[in-house]
Amino acid sequence: MLGGLRPHSMSNGATMTYASVLSLHRLTHLRRLESESIQIMREVVAQFRNPAMLYSVGKDSAVMLHLALKAFHPSKLPFPLLHVDTTWKFREMIAFRDQRAADLGLDLLVHVNQDGVDQGIGPVSHGSAVHTDVMKTQGLKQALDKYGFDAAFGGARRDEEKSRAKERVFSFRSAAHRWDPKNQRPELWNQYNGRIHKGESIRVFPLSNWTELDIWQYIFLESIPVVPLYFAAPRPVVERDGALIMVDDDRLPLLPGETPQMRTVRFRTLGCYPLTGAIESEADTLQAVIREMLVSTTSERQGRVIDRDGGASMEAKKQEGYF
Amino acid sequence: MNAPLDLSLEDVAAYLRTQEEKDLLRFITCGSVDDGKSTLIGRLLYDTKLILEDQMAALEKDSATQGTTGGGIDFALLVDGLAAEREQGITIDVAYRFFTTEKRKFIVSDTPGHEQYTRNMATGASTAEVAVILIDARKGVLTQTRRHSYIVSLMGIRDVVLAVNKMDLVDFSQDTFDAIVADYAAFAAQVGIERFTAIPLSAKEGDNMIAPSPRTPWYDGPALLPFLETVEPRRDIADKPFRFPVQWVNRPNQDFRGFSGTIASGILRPGDLVTAQPSGRSSRVSRIVTFDGDLDVAVAGQAVTIVLADEIDISRGDALCAADAPCGVTDQFAAHILWMNEAALMPGRHYLFRLGTGQVGGQITELKHKVNVNTLEHQAAKHLDLNEVGFCNVALDHALPFDAYADNREMGAFIIVDRLTNATVGAGMIEFGLRRATNIAWHDMEITKDAHARQKGQKPCVLWFTGLSGAGKSTVANLVEKRLHALGRHTYSLDGDNVRHGLNKDLGFTEDDRVENIRRVAEVAKLFVDAGLIVVCSFISPFRNERQMARELVEDGEFFEVFVDAPLAVCAERDPKGLYKKAQEGKIKNFTGIDSPYEAPENPELVLNTAEDTAEALADRVIALLRENGHI
Repeated sequence: MLGGLRPHSMSNGATMTYASVLSLHRLTHLRRLESESIQIMREVVAQFRNPAMLYSVGKDSAVMLHLALKAFHPSKLPFPLLHVDTTWKFREMIAFRDQRAADLGLDLLVHVNQDGVDQGIGPVSHGSAVHTDVMKTQGLKQALDKYGFDAAFGGARRDEEKSRAKERVFSFRSAAHRWDPKNQRPELWNQYNGRIHKGESIRVFPLSNWTELDIWQYIFLESIPVVPLYFAAPRPVVERDGALIMVDDDRLPLLPGETPQMRTVRFRTLGCYPLTGAIESEADTLQAVIREMLVSTTSERQGRVIDRDGGASMEAKKQEGYF
Repeated sequence: MNAPLDLSLEDVAAYLRTQEEKDLLRFITCGSVDDGKSTLIGRLLYDTKLILEDQMAALEKDSATQGTTGGGIDFALLVDGLAAEREQGITIDVAYRFFTTEKRKFIVSDTPGHEQYTRNMATGASTAEVAVILIDARKGVLTQTRRHSYIVSLMGIRDVVLAVNKMDLVDFSQDTFDAIVADYAAFAAQVGIERFTAIPLSAKEGDNMIAPSPRTPWYDGPALLPFLETVEPRRDIADKPFRFPVQWVNRPNQDFRGFSGTIASGILRPGDLVTAQPSGRSSRVSRIVTFDGDLDVAVAGQAVTIVLADEIDISRGDALCAADAPCGVTDQFAAHILWMNEAALMPGRHYLFRLGTGQVGGQITELKHKVNVNTLEHQAAKHLDLNEVGFCNVALDHALPFDAYADNREMGAFIIVDRLTNATVGAGMIEFGLRRATNIAWHDMEITKDAHARQKGQKPCVLWFTGLSGAGKSTVANLVEKRLHALGRHTYSLDGDNVRHGLNKDLGFTEDDRVENIRRVAEVAKLFVDAGLIVVCSFISPFRNERQMARELVEDGEFFEVFVDAPLAVCAERDPKGLYKKAQEGKIKNFTGIDSPYEAPENPELVLNTAEDTAEALADRVIALLRENGHI
């Protein structure tokens, strides 16, 4: 047990006063966030018949999974993990995913939109908008329908983006997976209304109140494994439209005059490799990454091509069923 | 983030250790756009360096083109798209914002202040520990200040900051400030705000925001941010008796049975004696289990799994309590309810109530008064509309553990869910349990429902005929009852017109009265089913909710909804009682199909089309339905 709670200090503290117990056991902000997330997860398992956890392999998913292990201990996770694989994820992400699932004995479901594969959809040939819609959003909807999940956890945070700041923890989706931002259920106290009709579902965001810094601090405190791509290493990249794109395999066609260069880079956020820009960095340890973030002067999602497609781009995608 | 720009790795380690000590404060800001609320939040984000380079560049650009500060940076633009929201016609909603200082992490519920957003403000306030109520120093205490303060108090926030903003526009006048504070103090007590901290500030220019302003030498209180960094709103949560709503029974195998949940109040140690409510059974805590190992002590706010020494029957919805101070158990209580839906709250209508971790059906049995949120006046009311607050008696279908909201927020807060749409339609705060509930016990009659039914040699049920006036309900129902009677069955008819001469003669035809009308009839029908009868009910019963309520009063398989369907034009043409004519002439108000809605059944057991078939043929179909289901 790390952080503000030190239960062991009681074992030899027979003379402790009531007030000192209280001050010793004040919950720190990370412990309060942790408890809130655990409560949300238990609520889902108590209220729903067939939930699943969307696992995107990134740092937020890593924290969400860790919290889930805590929430149900000593029981095993009472739901499967679902990874919607766009087939363009970094190879290291896939290797990490499979290793974690094996280490923890998790029930991992991987879904690929076969229609998209058959049509040859990809970020390079079709651009980020089409690729994301077909391989990610449509793929996700296919998977949810295929397994009949009535609730799906996602690792989104309210500090990430404007439309997320307004989304509920229990976010209702119609039978067609649509989000209606104008017609959300009021959410008071810690009362989460998960009542739905057949075919409808709830997206659940247990990390709603976490910030990027909270996530990294918690990863540090709890020693949570994350994909090595978050740490700086020499990697082959090309520079395109001001973004450093990693040449992760030979599917990335090089433009005339382009030669991959080995540069010491890392990623603040992970998605499909041709859509995710790296940053030049020497931060090769967790503490160095946190240091870099503490002095960072740009916001996290600026490395993501997806958010730049249009003004209200995230809100529009979310309405269509994107997480 | 207040971190120095040049950090060594050792500095980072030290920084992370300080983060382990940092706590969390949730607060709400209330005020209308004109009071400078957005500027205040923008200023806090700016001064705590939460605004990053790319965002700052955008802000400078926007300030030049859209700003209202004549070239300076307009912090209001930071608090994103409120204006854009309005342009797009999106309901203005609660937004949550985050910032952090050396001492605390803050979560701000940013809520709009206009009366039509009262529910949004209440939503933001429900998780807040401190409220910052903004006042424009030029305008002083306004109606909206009163409303904001009332909602803040209603939602149980005990720490209030009165932020007297725009002091720069009144020359930082102490007299102006003092007058506003005196004015506010006069009614703060009236709405139940026992204490507040008044701060003179200018969000736009930064006075008394993060440090004392030289322009208010007469003010010796804290600046806003230092106050927020040090206020201790949760001081009593661990002091209160132990409460633990059971969320989930954790049972990985035969050898382990734990109860998972979050401690709502108090402290727990292994060996403590706890009582499970509502059963009242007690046991000792043998272990407090977490993923990080068993705990020697756990406090309010912690999510844990409790293992008891004895096997007692406990499930979700129950609450574990300190054995020497257990919570109450009731199926009736008085509560303040804030209505959050366009469809009004109807006393007598059946809703779902989620209280603690329990969920149970129930109804508002009495609306004692509603509160005018602007004047605090109590007014008589028959229903509650969107954004209205009422003081009500509530009756649940079975008892749940509870505490008064004032004593324990988590044990006394509930939401109300519509049974058909599943929408969250209301939020409530329990004031006190009603004694009646404990004094009126069920008396067990020795002659049971089964005994009544056996003696009559039949399976009792309710035949519920619904449809427009003139559709032919009473005609078909009458034929059905005659056939049943001829078959030697024991029956009774409840008819819309007939009950209004006696049982329901005090009721009119407003929506409220129609709900109550059907509630009483449904209860009578249930009693007759208990008596072993086949009950034939003929009521327009226009609302799905009430028909659902009538269905749920009896057991599965005992309720047959018969939709007597005829087009409105046909019914109006028949007009057996001359009512359509009067309604069309405006002589009768609230007439179903004319100026009051009819909600057709979605899944009736039977649909009878009286425009196409004879009453005789339709009665045959009802008899056939009863036969198929073994009732005759």
